[in-house]
Amino acid sequence: MNGRARRGSAESRHLLSDFLRHELGLTGTHVGCEHGVCGACTVLINGEAVRSCLVFAVQCEGAEVTTVEGLAAEDGELHPLQEAFQAAHALQCGFCTPGFLMSLLPFLEERRDSGALTDDEIRDALGGNLCRCTGYQNIVEAVRLAHTKMSGGAGNSAGNSVGTSTGNSAGTCAAEGA
Amino acid sequence: MSTRVFGEPIRRLEDPRLLKGKALFVDDVDFPDLLHVAFVRSSFAHGKIRSVDVDAARARDGVVAVMTAEDLGDYWSPGPLLVPPPPIKDIEFNNRTQVPLAKGKVRHVGEPVAIIVAESRYLAEDARDDVFVDIEPLDPAVDLEASAAADAPKVHDDLASNVAARVRQDKGDYEKAKAAAAHVVSGRFFYDHGASAPMENRGIVARWDDRSDRLTVWDTTQAPIPLRSGLAGLLGLAEAQVRVVAPFIGGGFGPKIMMFYPDEVLIPWLALKLGRPVKWIEDREESFFSTTQERSQIHHAEMAIDEEGRILGVKDHFLHDTGAYAPYGLTVPINSQCTLLGCYRVPAYSSSFEAIYTNLPIVTPFRGAGRQHGVFVMERLLDLAAAKLGIDPVGIRRRNVLTPEEFPHKHGLIYQDFTELEYDSGNYPEALEKAATEIGFATFRSNEQPQMRADGRLVGIGLVTYVEGTGIGPYEGARVTLESDGTVNVATGVGTQGQGHFTSFAQVVAEQLGVEVAKVRVTTGDTDQFHWGTGTFASRGAVVAGNACHAAALEVRRKILDLASQQFEAAVEDLELLDGEVRVKGVPDRAMTLGELAVLANPMRGAVIPGTEPGLESSRYFGPDRGTTASGVHAMIVEVDPATFEVEIKRYVVVHDCGIVINPLILEGQIVGGVAQGIGNAFYEKLAFDEDGQLLNASFMDYLLPTSTDVPKIESHHIETPSPLNPLGVKGAGEAGAIPVGALFAQAIEDALRPLVPDLTIAEIPLSPDRLFELVHGTGSDENSGGGSQ
Repeated sequence: MNGRARRGSAESRHLLSDFLRHELGLTGTHVGCEHGVCGACTVLINGEAVRSCLVFAVQCEGAEVTTVEGLAAEDGELHPLQEAFQAAHALQCGFCTPGFLMSLLPFLEERRDSGALTDDEIRDALGGNLCRCTGYQNIVEAVRLAHTKMSGGAGNSAGNSVGTSTGNSAGTCAAEGA
Repeated sequence: MSTRVFGEPIRRLEDPRLLKGKALFVDDVDFPDLLHVAFVRSSFAHGKIRSVDVDAARARDGVVAVMTAEDLGDYWSPGPLLVPPPPIKDIEFNNRTQVPLAKGKVRHVGEPVAIIVAESRYLAEDARDDVFVDIEPLDPAVDLEASAAADAPKVHDDLASNVAARVRQDKGDYEKAKAAAAHVVSGRFFYDHGASAPMENRGIVARWDDRSDRLTVWDTTQAPIPLRSGLAGLLGLAEAQVRVVAPFIGGGFGPKIMMFYPDEVLIPWLALKLGRPVKWIEDREESFFSTTQERSQIHHAEMAIDEEGRILGVKDHFLHDTGAYAPYGLTVPINSQCTLLGCYRVPAYSSSFEAIYTNLPIVTPFRGAGRQHGVFVMERLLDLAAAKLGIDPVGIRRRNVLTPEEFPHKHGLIYQDFTELEYDSGNYPEALEKAATEIGFATFRSNEQPQMRADGRLVGIGLVTYVEGTGIGPYEGARVTLESDGTVNVATGVGTQGQGHFTSFAQVVAEQLGVEVAKVRVTTGDTDQFHWGTGTFASRGAVVAGNACHAAALEVRRKILDLASQQFEAAVEDLELLDGEVRVKGVPDRAMTLGELAVLANPMRGAVIPGTEPGLESSRYFGPDRGTTASGVHAMIVEVDPATFEVEIKRYVVVHDCGIVINPLILEGQIVGGVAQGIGNAFYEKLAFDEDGQLLNASFMDYLLPTSTDVPKIESHHIETPSPLNPLGVKGAGEAGAIPVGALFAQAIEDALRPLVPDLTIAEIPLSPDRLFELVHGTGSDENSGGGSQ
């Protein structure tokens, strides 16, 4: 689980999404529909993007599972894909975002060495995840930006005219109080 | 460095936590002794409850409690009327609000009948199958027109009919205008809105703490403060004993402001009664019944015009489906009635409606909140008028939009905020021309379209306008506090569902205090942090709470300057706030950090000047006289596949004016996201109820939200006409994008299909490929169509 061995017990009928959230406390994986349409609960199982609401926890015994909590570096530095989402304002409520990130990771890894991505390719890659806030446009920009960063290249710089950083991007908001 | 931050496209401060999966959502709240809830819901739209047998459920291992309406005793009572009817002459309103659990009768599919509390959600759902609900089905009122008839089955037996309200508003003398008209165009217009479907379903967790004698509730609400006051009253607690936290919310769009949902009444009560924390999280299927939605109106409308196409008057009567109860009063149909007038000069207007109870889920505002319905009718009437006179959609609008000299413009109607409908400012001709130019309206019509048509392609263009009444009262507040480490804390009562408040409010405050925006820490939606206010609705966050933040920041700025003036023995005019410091202008070594000043503002013994308040802190409130009116123009080019009737949006242009812009990045996101929802409403989303009131598509497999391949690139442009009604000059932007899309689809698709059906009038929304096929080939029912002219 995100590079560490984790143990827990699950009834045979427990969904992986519930097990991650409520047994392991990894609440970054969100549950939007529980019937495999919205993609909010997407995680990586052995490197492949999978909807955790359509998998039983017991099926993952011994598997390598990556959730959104495993994306940023230990020191908190954002993954280039996360950074691109912030730069392009590709999230609003942020509920669907972990699923988008996890769906996109294998896509971007696979396309790391390919040339510039077309809009159609990007939109196809996003087609299995629903977002109700953004209208997808900025997510398309974020994917293009992340692809450029992850390919280590300049040359494909469309969509850079977004968000001004404030120097300190550490979260300074507060809404909770559990 | 420059500290100009207001108006800049600053990246959102809240994003890193959301991106790392560390932001708290309601379902993330957990306790070791947490109990879980499942509801038993009615499977009939209308029926008499003969009995509810819960014995087997109670006996199941892991089940802690099962309650029916009878078990609630005195706690059972209908919910409050959230918005009473506005003061309109001769208004009729028959108030019926939702109940915590159905008693005697069920009035819509999915109405809760019993509540099960168990050690896990899995066990609670197991026990649901143990409950036997014996219901004698009654004929349901489903079809809107049939439900309005005198012999319809009655949703509420004690009312004379299903009429929830009758409202009439008049301006000028329509009949006189009609008598003088060169032409009158008319039609029957059907507009259906749908489910708000935020990606996060609703949910609530309640925990009573004996040691602090307090109740904490985490709720996906858009209105934490009213919820707190209401819960305190219901539960017999002091308001100070109740804390409501609306943490990060996964989208709201209106229905999350409805209160009290049955779950909101029951879960806190159970937490108190059982002495353990209790959680309920809605699942996607039940959200189609247990969360409010918006639905249909049927308008019969006509427009009188002169020879040149100038509007002389409009007459409209419509039916509004309010569902089984009307806890939100008349907000939606009043919005339809008032927003219909749009950007136009309308000398005479006669408008009446009846809100009708039906055996369907409750209707309350969903992004646009009835404005779509009104805009659709007006824009379609204008298109009929244009066709009659042989002028194009831009030309007819050019003749009728209000000019900048006509503001403030009084419409002589009462709006949803109880004040007279008065537009504060706008530049409608500029927006119209800009949209027409950007989409290339004239050249498309003269060059591109004829060529493409010659190639057999079905291409069309559309252009429509709209207004959005935003930023209504009553008020919001904010507290700004400068801390000794130089951090600025801002607390406000509104909740946040993705609008970027953590950033835009920080920009408003940072601008006044000369600090980096990242130094401003914003808290929203926690009643322990701020307990005055109403909530996030009606595109009012930036306007009302934003101006409260601004007022509080100005007061803290004044306090900073006064104290620094004493410290430096310098005049206030000689001081400046920059980079987190207060300085004497032109004397670089005479400076203090704001943190150091905050320490001085908290005097030690012996240093108190009697009468002074400690701290660099201020709470301020903003309550506007009336709402401010935003506006815009949308235009698009579509191509319809002649074989499949699939519609491809080739270009989509938005010109929008919401006054002064706080953060263009966030604004753009609001507009584009709104358009996407409008596209869903116009072409993908339809709540398909059958004649028994059963919803046939209560899943994301069947209720189609637009995906990344359905929403095109939106080209958006802004003009800024400041609002004179608030110091920041801002107007709301939350709902605008979604409002005119249905009207635009109808106009553009009609234009595209003209080679097939020259006189086609599309008078309904939503559309779909099947429905377009029916409209063209005439094989389907055309009951919801029928625009025409006389």
